[in-house]
Amino acid sequence: MDKKIIEVDQVVIKFAGDSGDGMQLTGTQFSNTSALIGDDVSTFPDYPAEIRAPQGTVGGVSGFQLNFGKKVDTPGDFADVLVAMNPAALKANVVWAKDGATIIIDTDAFTDKNFVKAGCNEEKLKEIYNDFNVIEAPITSLTKESLKDSGLDAKSMVRSKNMFALGMVYCIFDRPMEHSVTFLEKKFAKKPAVAEANIKVLKDGFNYAVTIHAMPSYRVHSSTIEKGVYRNVNGNTATAWGLLAAAEKANLPFFLGSYPITPASEILVEIEKRRDLGAKAFQAEDEIGGIMTSIGAAFAGHLAATSTSGPGLALKGEALGLAVITELPLVVVNVQRGGPSTGLPTKTEQSDLFQALFGRNGESPVPVIAASTPSNCFNYAFEAAKIALEHMTPVVLLTDGFIANGTEPWKIPAMKDMPEITTQFIGKDTKEYLPYLRDKKMVRKWAVPGMKGYEHRIGGLEKMEVTGNVSYVPENHEAMSIERDEKVKNIVNDIPELEIEGNKDAEVLVVGWGSTYGHLTTAVREMNEAGTKVAHAHFNYINPLPKNTADVLSKYKEIIVFELNLGQFAKYLRMMHPNNHYEYYDKIQGLPLTVTEIKEKVNQILEQL
Amino acid sequence: MADTQYTFKDFKSDQEIRWCPGCGDIAILMSVQKAMAKLDHKKEDYAVISGIGCSSRFPYYMNTYGFHGIHGRAGVLASGVKTANPKLSVWQITGDGDGLAIGGNHFIHEIRRNMNLNIILFNNQIYGLTKGQYSPTSLFGQVTKSSPYGTIEQPFHPGELVIGARGKFFARTIDSKVAETVDILVEADKHKGASVVEILQNCVIYNNGAHNAITSKETRDDNQLWLKHGESMIFGKEKNKGLVLDGLNLKVVTIGENGITKDDILVHDAHQELPYVHLALINMNVADGFPVAFGIIRSVEAPTYEVLLEEQIKDVQSKSKIKNVDDLLHSGNTWTV
Repeated sequence: MDKKIIEVDQVVIKFAGDSGDGMQLTGTQFSNTSALIGDDVSTFPDYPAEIRAPQGTVGGVSGFQLNFGKKVDTPGDFADVLVAMNPAALKANVVWAKDGATIIIDTDAFTDKNFVKAGCNEEKLKEIYNDFNVIEAPITSLTKESLKDSGLDAKSMVRSKNMFALGMVYCIFDRPMEHSVTFLEKKFAKKPAVAEANIKVLKDGFNYAVTIHAMPSYRVHSSTIEKGVYRNVNGNTATAWGLLAAAEKANLPFFLGSYPITPASEILVEIEKRRDLGAKAFQAEDEIGGIMTSIGAAFAGHLAATSTSGPGLALKGEALGLAVITELPLVVVNVQRGGPSTGLPTKTEQSDLFQALFGRNGESPVPVIAASTPSNCFNYAFEAAKIALEHMTPVVLLTDGFIANGTEPWKIPAMKDMPEITTQFIGKDTKEYLPYLRDKKMVRKWAVPGMKGYEHRIGGLEKMEVTGNVSYVPENHEAMSIERDEKVKNIVNDIPELEIEGNKDAEVLVVGWGSTYGHLTTAVREMNEAGTKVAHAHFNYINPLPKNTADVLSKYKEIIVFELNLGQFAKYLRMMHPNNHYEYYDKIQGLPLTVTEIKEKVNQILEQL
Repeated sequence: MADTQYTFKDFKSDQEIRWCPGCGDIAILMSVQKAMAKLDHKKEDYAVISGIGCSSRFPYYMNTYGFHGIHGRAGVLASGVKTANPKLSVWQITGDGDGLAIGGNHFIHEIRRNMNLNIILFNNQIYGLTKGQYSPTSLFGQVTKSSPYGTIEQPFHPGELVIGARGKFFARTIDSKVAETVDILVEADKHKGASVVEILQNCVIYNNGAHNAITSKETRDDNQLWLKHGESMIFGKEKNKGLVLDGLNLKVVTIGENGITKDDILVHDAHQELPYVHLALINMNVADGFPVAFGIIRSVEAPTYEVLLEEQIKDVQSKSKIKNVDDLLHSGNTWTV
């Protein structure tokens, strides 16, 4: 039989199995290999909150979706290829497979017992076979067969079955296996037998796919990407590195006070590793300890940060107010997840916007910025630190589970090209230090313990203008409240203006903020390519909003605000710029937007115009 | 050695003291200022950190670097300052409400970490700044604004918490005993690790005389045992009472009675790692017929957090190939397009 060759710009693959089946690793390997050979890649790991949810159940399905090829900005809406290691994985993911998609199933796992665990009927599940190109492969038994002479026990053998699936998918997309072979050799350097077994299974999977000929082959058009040195990075690592980069650029030691919380823990874990850069990571006894130690370190002259997710930000609220009133530089990273309360710890959401903007007692203005892709978490973490240090204020950086865990290839920046950061330390020759004397931008100077002659006291009580002494004078409190507010408003002069993407004479503007960028830009680009007039404005700076926001928004007949909450940014825009009409598109399912639903919404609005 | 000789006046700020007349805090402020003048640190290397409460106003009255934080969080604020700059002499000022109620979690953890902090716990067994509610050290049955029928809660003994958190240094003193307090504070600062000094403080407004059974002229000699490392545990007006071990328990005896001589009296060993005798000393109280123990009850050397951290940084730096952020960004798998 001749192989069908399908030429495409992008392909979406989803690996799905039990949470112990190694699907995250399999997906990561495919992504890394694709990136290494020059594809654009975007990934979306989607896993349950339970570490080992009951085997074989839909609740225990762990998935890893990736999109690769040319101009990839999202992990894709629907999969071209779905690998389902058991019935539950198929049941949970078949709705996310394109019509006619190739579905590879491990027939060994499609047993009566597993159909019951998945809560589905074999007959019914098999009906879907008509709509898809289903490859039934006895992956588990072939893996065992492959390793029968390895000397490994049955359990260890079966553990390699994800490599068989990976080998098959490598074959379909004509990917080289060297990268994964090297990876396995490194990972199991101390267990050469296990390394050898995994490599053998990987190759046997590849060869099996060659032999059965039954599946289509794809030729994916690679991107013509900018020259440079690249690596893969996820949002959490990029955030940690952005903070370290800012510390180096500002010539300051770095301190992170943090408490483990999903999906932000990786930031703490990464900084803990960075003793080599002199970074001090402090795992506190709770969220409040995380931010308070950071405030202490800021008082002592460090670039300080704390990392958390929504519930942690709630606990940090009072301390964040302390950083506001003492006017110390501090970065608070909130990797958002589904809420309220514990909510959906491993799923993504943008519903902490109001908490970041307003979730404190008193008049407590805080600059808020949001990263929009895994790799630009680096730039916005850097930017958050720069604003904090240059304006002597705490800054909230919002990311979310989607970009925090998602990866993409990243052209590695050079430190010499990063913007300069000017710290606000008091000049050594200053005769008298007045802690709350402000410059034109309303920014105070920073003196830290150890500096001779500048001993001073700060704290959470309202303080007198200029001197910082405790003051209950009514007019002073009003003056200081206004000064703190003005100081944050002034940041607008130091941030870039909003840029518009897409069709120049569109009447409809798609608006988003943070992690929805990839889906919105893809939808708008595809609509523009198809001749539909629509433009896109994406916000990374939330407070203050860019200077030209009013100008931009006033140009459009319709503004549609897409976000993963119940309309928080739309409501904020309506408050700040009330003269426009805002159409909401809200989604709150713990999932990212899809390009399809964005297009549908835009088309619906266009029809009404 | 510091290049300047200080007097306690060098540590006074220009701010008017706003504690109530007769407040025990005023004497403690004097003791801290005197202790700092005796120590070898430069003035700019002191950081005085507090939470919220009457005692937490303390930093404003000190002419040092100071930070008045938020309720209960002095311990973590101080921990951040010390971790960032281990060269500083960091003094945490806290009370029984701030340190043991809302800040109780931080209290045990900072002790467990054994960071080199001076934790000065003002214990007046009441909430002063919120006007007279019971605290975690208020006595069982104590009538206060928030316990009009008497509390039905058992109090914490701060020293017992310190031992429970595997603390290495615990001392107890009285606000009005300035000379003794100064000596203890100096030793607390010299001790490398988390040094907890409990100061029995009198709140003249909401809990006046709370410590009278211990501190009044009539009873103080019989009810106070001032411990000194290496010295016998002798107390009483006639200096003829002492402590002995009776099985696993402490017992008060009189020298000259029942054949007891001075040699039978326990000698205080503050450096003993096993905490059992220290714990027994900490828990002695007047109601059970014991004197209350004062002085440095426990002082045991152990590695401190900030030193271990600095050592770890040096060690990792000597081994890692990553020397700057450019190195970091290029570490691991990269490829060139």
